[in-house]
Amino acid sequence: MNEELKKTIIEYIKREYLEEDAPEEVNESTPLISGGIVDSFSMVSLKTFLEKKFSIKIPDDKATPEAFDSVNNIMNLLKEFNVT
Amino acid sequence: MAYSDKARGYYDSEIKGIQGAGTFKEERFIASPQAANITVEFPAGAPHKEVLNFCANNYLGLSSHPDVVAAAHEGLKERGYGMSSVRFICGTQDIHKELEQKLTGFLGTEDTILFPSCMDANAGVFDVVLDKEDAMIADRLVHASIVDGMRLCKAQLFNYKHSNMEHLEEKLKETQDCRFRLIITDGVFSMDGDIAKLDEICDLADKYDAMILVDDSHASGFMGKTGRGTHEHCGVIGRIDVITTTLGKALGGASGGCVSGRKEIVELCRQRARPYLFSNTVPPVIVAAASKVIDIISNTTDRRDKLEQNTIYFREKMTAAGFDIREGIHPIVPIMLYNAKLAQDMARDLYGEGIYVIGFSFPVVPKGQARIRVQLSAGHEKEHIDRAIAAFTKIGDKYKILGKKKNEIIEMYGL
Repeated sequence: MNEELKKTIIEYIKREYLEEDAPEEVNESTPLISGGIVDSFSMVSLKTFLEKKFSIKIPDDKATPEAFDSVNNIMNLLKEFNVT
Repeated sequence: MAYSDKARGYYDSEIKGIQGAGTFKEERFIASPQAANITVEFPAGAPHKEVLNFCANNYLGLSSHPDVVAAAHEGLKERGYGMSSVRFICGTQDIHKELEQKLTGFLGTEDTILFPSCMDANAGVFDVVLDKEDAMIADRLVHASIVDGMRLCKAQLFNYKHSNMEHLEEKLKETQDCRFRLIITDGVFSMDGDIAKLDEICDLADKYDAMILVDDSHASGFMGKTGRGTHEHCGVIGRIDVITTTLGKALGGASGGCVSGRKEIVELCRQRARPYLFSNTVPPVIVAAASKVIDIISNTTDRRDKLEQNTIYFREKMTAAGFDIREGIHPIVPIMLYNAKLAQDMARDLYGEGIYVIGFSFPVVPKGQARIRVQLSAGHEKEHIDRAIAAFTKIGDKYKILGKKKNEIIEMYGL
């Protein structure tokens, strides 16, 4: 399930943030925000996606750039909502 | 003392952090009016230096135009310096209404409301137009003032990949249940000088029953055959519901902005937009001068035509000289260098040659896309542009980047 979850999130990030011809590779530890793939403004799409997909509500104080900075960090965040 | 050592230490460490990150902004002191030729003191305390300015938003060269300055003097004489009031108490003069009507006519909209700045217009308009059952769908590269304005609004936020119409359409499909949708874009994007696909955006808005807001700050006065803006350039005058723009760039360059568009939206801004309600009225001197600017550019397209010719000339010559420039037609011309230090070093050397330009790097532009942004003006004469091209060529040769492609520059200097 864990690997499946990671794959779902990585697929979404690629589709939502990268152009089709983009050279960047995204894996579970790729820095998303500090790496310039996702900025703080466009992070909202990712937050909305996670909330809809897993029927959760991520409060603003949890939706920090650090919490969204890699797929691994996102997985840790999701654990807090019992999504594993 | 309430300003404790702890507080001072914290703020000081924040400043040091900015310096350490290389993003500390140092202001240069200009000891002359804004123009193609300016006198600059940089670094602070250095002797004054005459340089050619290629980094102002003075697109039409009207910032210090004698007729505009004379109109400002006249406004000062006839209507005074300040109004000591917001608009709705005792801050609306006849000339404020006159300028709003002129802007409406020039932009081809239904009505216009002045704001102290376009930043204020963008900070105020979203909260007036939309509520929590609505959606804002913004291009990912919209100006920071729009991002801030959207944060002040309760509507749900969505954004789409820069100028990607398929992605915009996906977001429109995703938000079908919302009461109102507003597509939000800059007309011209300030870092690349690229133009929003307003014709396609209008078609999508029609198809999915969405409204459109365009921030046309880098276009009003010169984009399109008669300078109306990006909506004229794209052939969609009358199809944009809300235009926000500034008087601080092509339209005189002092300050002030506006929301121009559907009359009900403009009226609601007058009733509810907080930066409008709680800021002083735009001073008469600026209103009088901006009004003159609209007269000048309504009577003749000479200045926007000259700007267009200057832009074509500069872009052609710089390409021929071997620079990697972002293609386009806008007077914002990004000279791509990719490496942040190279952009800073070249901008510094160009200043030494008497050409004032600025290097931009992350986080202002995406990582690995550092560049020098050149901005042309109708105030530039051919000899100014030739001097800039000669200086760029000399410095480009020093850094051995002439004729080099993106990957070659990255190979030499890294990202």
